[in-house]
Amino acid sequence: MKKRSRFARSQRATIVIGILSLVVIIIVLQLWLFTATMNAYLGGDTAILLPAAIASLVCLGLNVGLLWYLYGLER
Amino acid sequence: MSAEEREQITVPPDGKTLEEQPRWRQDFPIDWPQDEYVARRDFVKFLLLTSLAFTTGQFWLLGSSLLRRSDEAEEMAITQVDDVVVGGSLVFKYPQENSPARLLVRLDEETFVAYEQQCTHLTCPVIPDVERGELHCPCHEGIFDLQSGRPLAGPPRRPLARVTLEVREGVVYATGIEERTV
Repeated sequence: MKKRSRFARSQRATIVIGILSLVVIIIVLQLWLFTATMNAYLGGDTAILLPAAIASLVCLGLNVGLLWYLYGLER
Repeated sequence: MSAEEREQITVPPDGKTLEEQPRWRQDFPIDWPQDEYVARRDFVKFLLLTSLAFTTGQFWLLGSSLLRRSDEAEEMAITQVDDVVVGGSLVFKYPQENSPARLLVRLDEETFVAYEQQCTHLTCPVIPDVERGELHCPCHEGIFDLQSGRPLAGPPRRPLARVTLEVREGVVYATGIEERTV
């Protein structure tokens, strides 16, 4: 017998919209970070590159976690 | 109504009953709320690729900066002092023959300045205007200060990279490149 999700369908719809909003905010943050890093790189400032790359990786990890949670809702 | 029954309800996008829907929708009824849910979930999945692209770009910048040689700018003779008249300019390649073009400008009898020739906005070549003390980019009306290479007007926000110079025994030498963010 298929196990039912702990959330009703209407609740899942709300959750997916919330997660979508969070992911969009994180991506806008990554866009800003990439623009600032590119400007620093072209200006010869290389000190910022490693922290910026790590920050972007953390953002990617957050997004992966959110998508993972979203798929977990259906299990 | 139980939670299981609520799960079965499907509502068309316009909110009307199935009988009021156009024929094509009646012929192919689908579970619209579930369709919207799956569409949004897939959009999140697509956005994840965008996030991955930004992260890849960040690591590409990091990698290319590590590969960039730090000792590539060696001293190089550009021209004889007398070959450039006051107010005149000369385009040269530095530090290698395949490097981006640089611009040497003679401001007065004693003073030379040199910058990269590409505008920091969209890499159009800049043109010196010694009388006004400016470097002018004709593509989008960008203006740089001739003394410092810093942007004065227009879209560019970053200064031009400066080539450090040395004048010895009537010859102008380039000794290095000074990239700047402000």
